[in-house]
Amino acid sequence: MPKFQIDGKEFEFKNGQTVLEVALENGIDIPHFCYHPLLSISGNCRMCLVEIEKMPKLMISCSTLAAEGMVVHTQSERAINARKAVMEFFLINHPLDCPICDEAGECKLQDYTYQHSIGESRFTETKNLKEKRVPLGPYVMFDGDRCIACSRCIRFCDEIAKSSQLTFVKRGDRVTIETFPGMQLDNSYSLNVTDICPVGALTNRDFRFKARVWDMSATKSVCIGCSRGCNIEVWVRSNEIMRLTPRFNPDVNQYWMCDEGRLKTWKHVNSDTRINGPQLRKNGTLAEVGWDEAYAFAISELKNFNKDEIGIILSSSASMEDNYMGIKFGKSVLGAKYFGYKSKVLKGSGDDILITDDKAPNTFGLELLLKSFSVRIENSFEQVMSLINEGKIKALLVIEDDILSGSEELNKTLDRLDLLIVTASNMNKTAEKAHIIFAASTYAEKNGTFVNVSGRIQRTKPAVVTSERERSLDGFEMSRLDKFGTEWDKWGKVNKIEARASWKILNGLGVVMGQKLKYNMAEEVFVDLSKTIDKLSGLDYRAIGETGVQLKLTNTN
Amino acid sequence: MAKKKRLKDLNFLEKIYLPEISKGLVQTFKKMFQPRFTMEYPEVKFEPPDSYRGRPVLVQEENGEERCVACGLCSRVCPALAIEIQAGETEREKERYPERFEINMIRCIFCGLCEEVCPEEAIIMSKDYELVFSNREDALYGKDKLLVPINELQDRINFLRKHK
Ligand code: SF4
Ligand code: SF4
Ligand code: SF4
Ligand code: SF4
Repeated sequence: MPKFQIDGKEFEFKNGQTVLEVALENGIDIPHFCYHPLLSISGNCRMCLVEIEKMPKLMISCSTLAAEGMVVHTQSERAINARKAVMEFFLINHPLDCPICDEAGECKLQDYTYQHSIGESRFTETKNLKEKRVPLGPYVMFDGDRCIACSRCIRFCDEIAKSSQLTFVKRGDRVTIETFPGMQLDNSYSLNVTDICPVGALTNRDFRFKARVWDMSATKSVCIGCSRGCNIEVWVRSNEIMRLTPRFNPDVNQYWMCDEGRLKTWKHVNSDTRINGPQLRKNGTLAEVGWDEAYAFAISELKNFNKDEIGIILSSSASMEDNYMGIKFGKSVLGAKYFGYKSKVLKGSGDDILITDDKAPNTFGLELLLKSFSVRIENSFEQVMSLINEGKIKALLVIEDDILSGSEELNKTLDRLDLLIVTASNMNKTAEKAHIIFAASTYAEKNGTFVNVSGRIQRTKPAVVTSERERSLDGFEMSRLDKFGTEWDKWGKVNKIEARASWKILNGLGVVMGQKLKYNMAEEVFVDLSKTIDKLSGLDYRAIGETGVQLKLTNTN
Repeated sequence: MAKKKRLKDLNFLEKIYLPEISKGLVQTFKKMFQPRFTMEYPEVKFEPPDSYRGRPVLVQEENGEERCVACGLCSRVCPALAIEIQAGETEREKERYPERFEINMIRCIFCGLCEEVCPEEAIIMSKDYELVFSNREDALYGKDKLLVPINELQDRINFLRKHK
């Protein structure tokens, strides 16, 4: 492989790689604004200037191809001075209003101002003012003053989101960003521009001013919006989710996630509709009870039914652990024969970027499980529903799915049931009909695994604490406030929902019925279930890690 | 136990005490005719100098608005984690304002770092030292107690501008 030198050290490179790429790969940080690994090279910010021997002028390292024998200096006096000069130009018109800027704390310009700037301004004239607070689309707000005209957002729309909606207008120091006439920044991926904008010019309207980045903890997890399973970080302050951001995974979502996933997959976690503790229907109305009472009641009711009269609805949105326990409890404890799950495929709703047709994050995994237990899956949901209509199934256990939503015709079907038990996190149409509700944790409150559309198994980690856990003891991510707060501080007095993971609820029911296996942790459930499925054998949470493991697929899939 | 040796043994005159007592009494009588420094608080109140750091307060402009833009820097710098802020959006030019601003006066150690870090000269150490509460909840000072009209704080602001 050809070699060249950066700052006195030899590095190998592949033909076609730029100086900046090789440097970043080897941990040499050449500051840059407009370069982004997945966008085309624009070369307009001039921040990545380096000195290359035998070249008369300084070169921008993002567009200079590495060549055999090249000698690059990133720390020479000329390079450093050039960087300072570039920073000075950027700051001529930049407002530096960090105190009211949401980007503060994760801003490239702020960081570079500390690292590479002279620390004071020689510019005494009035700054060029541009438009502030311009809503570019439903989700993104633009602040013209802060824009450094790097064009990342424009290139993102053109190249990644494949919908050209943004453009530069005007020239020189009056240049600013606008949407094309009659257009809005409303593509399905628009919020990614707020992540890649190196400054606070583009902000998330849903998150604006809600929290400072340094007051939140970030937990590595996976989006449950569709079967792609984009890797995300869940940002939490005072036990409340504030925002989601995408997390880099070259094999799944690169640096991106869709707006739908970013905005709509977590609002239910902090919502008023959360079910707080188990509920039983007494004289027609639901009343909150303790866990033990609910377990005992559920078991005594279930005992009134024959094996053939019990149906179990699993969920392609629930984790492997929850579904595994659903099948196991159903088969070995209740002896049930009828299992099914409601498909969440919306034909045509996907695209060829990230969004898939299947709005459930774990269909692949659930089918693996059903297959390993040799449970019939074709039209299983419809079969269970028609058996209820025929009066053959009289008791139904629904795990984490609102089967009535979008299927109002099933109202009458569920009315025929003698017993409906659900595990649910939020009050929904199905739960309203239930005789027994077990309060379930959401994906943001438990450990779990999900298998995405291409057969990659990935982990969610708990970011929000429920009543059964303690943030400081159970290995949760901790923000500064979490670390030092006490129960008498307002932010320390967090609202904990009384809920348990569905696998734990089923485990609890099983124990009351005398089942021998008793699980304490999600990982124990996973280790057991990985033994029943060949493709998962040998895996545990550590092996799945932060970015997941691709399962070996055979033709039978 | 070993007997501890004194740094200096008393001489004879010191040992008989009487001369030493009269020396002390001379001091006492001298002070009786000098001006007094003690104050009969609370009948007489102490007027602190401008350099005094009483409880931190928020500056309220003449139009009734707070100066604070809810940047959270004071809350970040506060070594005692006494300050909690929830920012919100406003129509004002500076976009951002504190929807909620609370200082836990049990936590506050009157260090003045919040005042020092504030980019807006919005949080100021006042001359108020009379803090009374009988339970934890009352010690949480919200915007209602924190906002103080700017003319009452002018002394401190002038002092800061001179010395910052
Ligand atoms: S974009 Fe960065 S440097 Fe500019 S005001 Fe915002 S935080 Fe400060
Ligand atoms: S809005 Fe942000 S990403 Fe777009 S050009 Fe300006 S600084 Fe770059
Ligand atoms: S005076 Fe010190 S301890 Fe008190 S609120 Fe300000 S920074 Fe915190
Ligand atoms: S530092 Fe000043 S402007 Fe910022 S939040 Fe505190 S009081 Fe408000």
